[in-house]
Amino acid sequence: MSRTILEPDEIRRALTRVAHEVLERNGGADGLVLIGLHTRGVPLARRLENLIEQFERSSTPVGELDIGFYRDDISLARRPMKPTDIPVSIEGRVVVLVDDVLFTGRTIRAAMDALNDFGRPKEIHLAVLVDRGHRQLPIRPDYVGKNVPTSLDEDVQVMLSEIDGADEVRLSSGEQV
Amino acid sequence: MTQARPVEEDSDLAQANSPTLSRRHHILDLDDFTRDEITEVLDNTAAMAGVLKRDIRKVPALRGKTVITLFHEASTRTRVSFEQAGKVLSADVINVTGSGTSVEKGESLYNTALTLQAMNADIIVVRHPDAGAPHFLARHLNSSVINAGDGTHAHPTQALLDLYTLRSRLGRLEGLKVAIVGDILHSRVARSNLWGLTAVGAKVVLCGPPTLMPIDLVNGERTAEGHPFAAIRTETSVERAIEGADAVMVLRIQSERQRGGFLPSLREYSRMYGINAKRMELAKPEALVMHPGPMNEGVEIDSEVAHGPRSVIEEQVANGVAVRMALMFGIITPALVPARSRN
Amino acid sequence: MSEGETIIIKGGRVVDPGQNLDMTADVVLADGVVKGIYGRRRTRESGTVIDATGLVVSPGFIDLHCHLREPGFEYKETIASGTLAAARGGFTAVCAMPNTNPVMDSRAGVDFVLERARSEGFVKVMAIGAVTRGSLGKQLSDMGELAQAGVVGFSDDGHPVSDDNLMRQALSYSTSLGLPIINHCEALDLSDGGDMNEGWVSNRLGLKGISNSAEEAMVARDILLAETTGGRLHIAHASTAGTVEMVRRAKERGLSVTCEATPHHLTLGHEAVLGHRGDGGQFSPLTLAAYETNAKVAPPLRSQEDVGALVRGLADGTVDFIATDHAPHATTEKVSTFSEAVNGISVLETALGSLMTLVHEGNLPLPVLIERLTAAPANFLGVGLGSLKTGGPADVTIFDPNAEWVVDSTKFVSKGKNTPLDGAKLKGRVVATIVGGAVRYDARESGSAG
Repeated sequence: MSRTILEPDEIRRALTRVAHEVLERNGGADGLVLIGLHTRGVPLARRLENLIEQFERSSTPVGELDIGFYRDDISLARRPMKPTDIPVSIEGRVVVLVDDVLFTGRTIRAAMDALNDFGRPKEIHLAVLVDRGHRQLPIRPDYVGKNVPTSLDEDVQVMLSEIDGADEVRLSSGEQV
Repeated sequence: MTQARPVEEDSDLAQANSPTLSRRHHILDLDDFTRDEITEVLDNTAAMAGVLKRDIRKVPALRGKTVITLFHEASTRTRVSFEQAGKVLSADVINVTGSGTSVEKGESLYNTALTLQAMNADIIVVRHPDAGAPHFLARHLNSSVINAGDGTHAHPTQALLDLYTLRSRLGRLEGLKVAIVGDILHSRVARSNLWGLTAVGAKVVLCGPPTLMPIDLVNGERTAEGHPFAAIRTETSVERAIEGADAVMVLRIQSERQRGGFLPSLREYSRMYGINAKRMELAKPEALVMHPGPMNEGVEIDSEVAHGPRSVIEEQVANGVAVRMALMFGIITPALVPARSRN
Repeated sequence: MSEGETIIIKGGRVVDPGQNLDMTADVVLADGVVKGIYGRRRTRESGTVIDATGLVVSPGFIDLHCHLREPGFEYKETIASGTLAAARGGFTAVCAMPNTNPVMDSRAGVDFVLERARSEGFVKVMAIGAVTRGSLGKQLSDMGELAQAGVVGFSDDGHPVSDDNLMRQALSYSTSLGLPIINHCEALDLSDGGDMNEGWVSNRLGLKGISNSAEEAMVARDILLAETTGGRLHIAHASTAGTVEMVRRAKERGLSVTCEATPHHLTLGHEAVLGHRGDGGQFSPLTLAAYETNAKVAPPLRSQEDVGALVRGLADGTVDFIATDHAPHATTEKVSTFSEAVNGISVLETALGSLMTLVHEGNLPLPVLIERLTAAPANFLGVGLGSLKTGGPADVTIFDPNAEWVVDSTKFVSKGKNTPLDGAKLKGRVVATIVGGAVRYDARESGSAG
């Protein structure tokens, strides 16, 4: 049983708001770098970059990060590795990690570990499209598209046109996947 | 009875297929690798190559894991390659060289295996002069076993790095014409490459003197109807073998072959089969020259060709570390650590 | 049960090729000899009755080629354990090969073995003397003395007699003794360094192979030398189609050339080294069962063509009889890589079961199989064994040709557990073995011997 919790327009508006929040907190786009976490964090990061460019008329570097090496749960099956490409030095910059769903927080912890191997950023912020709760680590998002309270046997699926052909966020319950 | 579902942090995993490599406990040869699995390894190798280009060449993927390299045959190059691969992944790498000492003391491989078992290694990388030694260790130990070369039987990591080199330089694998030239009979590199290249749809030509060609490939004993190996050509003329090739894999000729009566002399071999610039003109203009190393320059390959513009021999060595990283990362733990529920 | 007792084996299918018998009958044994075979008449003797309904009753099997390892290699096998295994396999007489330590190249060595066998053996034991001193292939042993000590033939088995001239002299000298030279035919230059048969399996496994020609080159030589000298040549453990063909032609020319084949060479091919039992094609991936050291034997297991030729040769008599080449080894000597492992298979306890495959698959009639295990080796040896004729020794084997069982090497009474058949399902099993009128093995008592 599943239902849509974010329609394409709602996604668009949420991202617009997030982009504004980022610019507001950072006082503009200077010194920012957006880093999307594979897989769907990457197109989200690029969309944010487009929005920021619309608003501020300046481009922001965008990187992609695969946290596969840094997971603390190697025992689970893994998907093939995607490229990690961070085009600028993160030294002294404000890094905004971008992901689609924030859940236990372990992915973000792994991402911060990975960033460590690239340098020492001035600050690390976290932007997510959906926060579904159930943190297992002391991780909190700075920018949230939508808060969606869920139970543990529910599943949040984010679909983006760049990867899945259309934009939608669905919540399913029961024996999914 | 409901089983607690492991909480899947990464939404991708929920939607992706489980990669086949993680279901594998050992890497013994390429004879049971599908085309998809090889593709997966090569993709992961590319990611590993990315890590090797970073300033800080270290990732914590294998932190706390123990890798033992057990080399009963002298080999600096391969052993160092595995050692580096393990260390970049943050594994603890222990090198056990058995060449000479254990054999002199008369310690059997079985006794060595018992000692290794006590060390509880996660991965054992083994190179041994006896074919089947990795299978023997895999039967008797809980650790994952990676074959770094067993006698004349197999050398899967070499074949995979050869495939990676071909793919990264030529952009594809299917339909490539690859000539393997040299002592085919005694070559584990040739054998493993045969499996790998046929799995990915390349066309293979084996070339060498008749005394160094496996008898069943020569007398047609092996051709099962419709099997990819049926398409393997054998040639005793190196010119015919190289003609139109996309890549020439040159195998090392060991001086023992002359003593064993397989060859009249190394000089004769060089004249009849040596890969020189003139012969390479018969291959395609962009054809690659490969060699698993170490080379006998002047015997199986001319220095001019070995260090020439078409040679990717050094690249092969560099790619070796990335491939071995991908394999170690790929087989670690799924078979050893039960998935823990995180609820 | 003691030797003098009367035993009545009732209602079995009595197959005695030596007397051209194949009928349901009772066999009566008394005082260590066969009293008679009775078809319809009700026996009036009283004694121990063995109900052989549904079973086959045959003369006791004779094994011309067996390694009992004692003296010198008692950790692999002793005369006691080896002959117990023989009894369990239905063999009532075995010939002990001389590659003990010291080698049986003198009267003292032979006397030791025969005496040991008399006091501790469970079946009859004959000795084969070495062709050369120490089996080193340099100087002939005192073959005359060995003959007087009672050897039934000469062999350096384990090694070939490589020196052409020495082989000629051995064959020549043996003519005065009327005893055969049993050669392990292997041209060492051709087989050097090889671990298994040369073919697609050895290439698949990356192992150095031993080609058929390594055996055939020496078989050809030996046949020529036999012709020149008039000596009796016997080819041990023939393994190739070429060998069978050469022996066939030698016999057609009237030469005194015979050969034997082992149960494993008659039923297993080189695929056994791959570990799985024949399933999967030529290019199936190797499993962890590959490099099966229990399939490592000299001469090696060969191709299916060779196996077929041996079976046909056995059927038409070109292969004169079956001999086990029982070669027990300590387990540690086989738990190793293939190259490290020693050659040899422990055969006695699975011989009948594996040979019955040939009968069940229709490739060999049962009476022919029995003939090749009984009358044929007996004729070769020139000893009065191998038949159930009245007054002859009460050596009898009773077996169930259809009993299905799974081989469990841990249950072998032989010290050698080295068999590639471990876990295999066989159809045909020994029920009882009687030697000289005494029951030496009775399966119904869980294998206890008399």
